[in-house]
Amino acid sequence: MLKIENLHAEIDGQEILRGLDLEINQGEIHAIMGPNGSGKSTLSNVLMGHPRYEVTDGNVTFFGQDIFELEADERAKLGMFLAFQYPSEVPGVSVANFLRTAVNSVREKELSPMEMYKLIQEKMRFLQMDPKFAERYLNEGFSGGEKKRNEILQMLMLNPKLSIMDETDSGLDIDALQVVSKGVNALRGPKFSALIITHYNRILRYIEPDHVHVMLDGRIVTSGGKDLALTLEEKGYDWVRQEFGSAAQS
Amino acid sequence: MPEDKTIQELGLDEYKYGFRDPEEYFFKTPRKGIDPEIVAMISKHKNEPQWMLEYRLKALEAFYAKPTPQWGGNLNDLDFDEIYYYIRPMENQGRSWDDVPDDIKNTFEKLGIPQAERETLAGVGAQYESEVVYHSLKEEWEKAGVVFMDMDSGLREHEDLVREHFGTIIPADDNKFSALNSAVWSGGSFVYVPPGVSIDIPLQAYFRINAENMGQFERTLIIADENSYVHYIEGCTAPTYTTNSLHSAVVELIAKPGARIRYSTIQNWSHNTYNLVTKRAVAHENATVEWVDGNLGSKLTMKYPAVYLVGEGARGEILSVAYAGDGQHQDAGGKIVHAAPNTSSLITSKSISKGTGRSTYRGLLKVHEGATNAKSRVECDALLLDENARTDTYPYIEIEEKKVNTEHEATVSKVGEDQLFYLMSRGLSEEEAMAMVVNGFIEPIAKELPLEYAIELNRLIQLEMEGSVG
Ligand SMILES: Nc1ncnc2c1ncn2[C@@H]1O[C@H](COP(=O)(O)OP(=O)(O)OP(=O)(O)O)[C@@H](O)[C@H]1O
Ligand SMILES: [Mg+2]
Repeated sequence: MLKIENLHAEIDGQEILRGLDLEINQGEIHAIMGPNGSGKSTLSNVLMGHPRYEVTDGNVTFFGQDIFELEADERAKLGMFLAFQYPSEVPGVSVANFLRTAVNSVREKELSPMEMYKLIQEKMRFLQMDPKFAERYLNEGFSGGEKKRNEILQMLMLNPKLSIMDETDSGLDIDALQVVSKGVNALRGPKFSALIITHYNRILRYIEPDHVHVMLDGRIVTSGGKDLALTLEEKGYDWVRQEFGSAAQS
Repeated sequence: MPEDKTIQELGLDEYKYGFRDPEEYFFKTPRKGIDPEIVAMISKHKNEPQWMLEYRLKALEAFYAKPTPQWGGNLNDLDFDEIYYYIRPMENQGRSWDDVPDDIKNTFEKLGIPQAERETLAGVGAQYESEVVYHSLKEEWEKAGVVFMDMDSGLREHEDLVREHFGTIIPADDNKFSALNSAVWSGGSFVYVPPGVSIDIPLQAYFRINAENMGQFERTLIIADENSYVHYIEGCTAPTYTTNSLHSAVVELIAKPGARIRYSTIQNWSHNTYNLVTKRAVAHENATVEWVDGNLGSKLTMKYPAVYLVGEGARGEILSVAYAGDGQHQDAGGKIVHAAPNTSSLITSKSISKGTGRSTYRGLLKVHEGATNAKSRVECDALLLDENARTDTYPYIEIEEKKVNTEHEATVSKVGEDQLFYLMSRGLSEEEAMAMVVNGFIEPIAKELPLEYAIELNRLIQLEMEGSVG
């Protein structure tokens, strides 16, 4: 479904992704772990189509379609979603207003205001969010955890085929982590895939991954099952550098 | 997000402001330009009392004597000799829409005025060129003693009241444009709200320039007697010509003790209109005056609504939004004068600049000695939609009193790449994302307007951003 081949990308002339390969099939949950600065957010942004990054080589297809021909909004309409590591604030625009606009722009048929209202209420209840949240301005003054929960709310509303989650678990308390995991598990099924970027094993205890990849210097240097996450947590990235660092240098 | 359905229901969507009607008029000054003869002709045509004619002629002298201001926008292309100063489209004012000629009626229908009147307004005035062609006030307000009529009728029917207040808030020689207006004024509204009367739905006046090279100089005077309340809304448009038109109004508001006046403007002049307006209010003891000002369109707008807080406990608020697109300059702001103790004020100014557009905030906050415990807050925020757009801030502050509390805050922000990307990643196109950021930016002001006007304001800004209004 998502196929990344030899992806090279740079920002402001600085190469960050240096030949990354990854394939995700429908229904699969993948996790990517890797040290700070290894290029995880860069990968997320490039996949979603951030205009500041330049793809210099390689290709990426989503259900067979070359995504580099598409703008971010067109990718969203195909069913791609990115839960941001640092979501932007949009003053003056309420969460409800934003959700309405977003949902209606990815759907073929618009929801009636009543259906929309019900859907928002339902998803917010599921994520144990205070209904007042819907009237707050998007991410303005939200705590770190609230922003992350809001990203998951958007994911549930938009019902994507692929969700890329960039450190959604960072900064969450245990309750929030469970709620967020519940959100992802609710979508889990043969038509939903996820790419979970994380530094910690703990989220993977709630959302069990099918594959775990380790990223170093803009590449995936090793992959394995869910046990790889445990090994990593035990041995740290020095071990990765020693074992697989040469692969990243070549 | 307002539903499109509602916009259609309101008849706001299909409307393009650039259309024009054929120019067939009952009376038009025989030549362009201004001189004592033209002024006398206007006064005579209106059958005015002698004192008004004298007032006009004196104002004309002040107009000649005053230099064109150089401190604001560029007025070099404004040629006072190339303008028609008075055009009367029809012989008599209509009391029902049936009395209004079809062309003109259609114009106002396209603007959604008759529908709006039925449902949401207490009264309507519609000015076309120099004269108010239609006027109505719902019976219940007429019975309550409310006066709402065009200024010329006001002068005829309430001469004493007019003579007592006319030009007292804005003297003819206040500035070049108030002098010009005082010399050739025509139309506008005269409103009087009796003590204790609270008009719970707005009065609206609509101003339309149709003729080429037209100058529109309406004159409005609103007197809210003790403990009364009125919300007055004005909307303005003009078609697009290659030559310039001039709109130069004078608006005077008087809020007697305990009264509250809210004056909202949604101005959307075509891009060849000079909009040079003087608006000033006096708030007496415990009175409140609020200016809500949406400035779109025009080539150059220079407008700084003012509130003089002359009575203890008075409050003044100025909320303004300006949008400057390619080639436009919005020089707007506000002026608050604290001249009594325990007075308070708030200025919130929001400007949006795009392309080669330029927006300027120009404001004055003055606190006189003895205005103890005056409280004031000025906040101006500018949003730039791209690299070429420009914004400037000129906040003048003069404080003569020690026991005061004033705050001033100014921000400039650009629509960020990250912000747009965030919205686009949720399925919004670039234009939709941009519009959403802009709507959010003006939300603090839009929410102060009645819903239909807030929708119109958002809609108009969106149209301007798409460049579909010429
Ligand atoms: N504008 C830029 N110019 C040069 N280098 C940049 C620029 N923006 C980001 N980088 C670099 O790109 C590298 C990858 O950043 P990225 O945000 O993708 O890392 P990450 O793996 O997500 O890290 P973290 O775990 O801390 O979130 C970092 O070294 C960062 O400093
Ligand atoms: Mg990151």
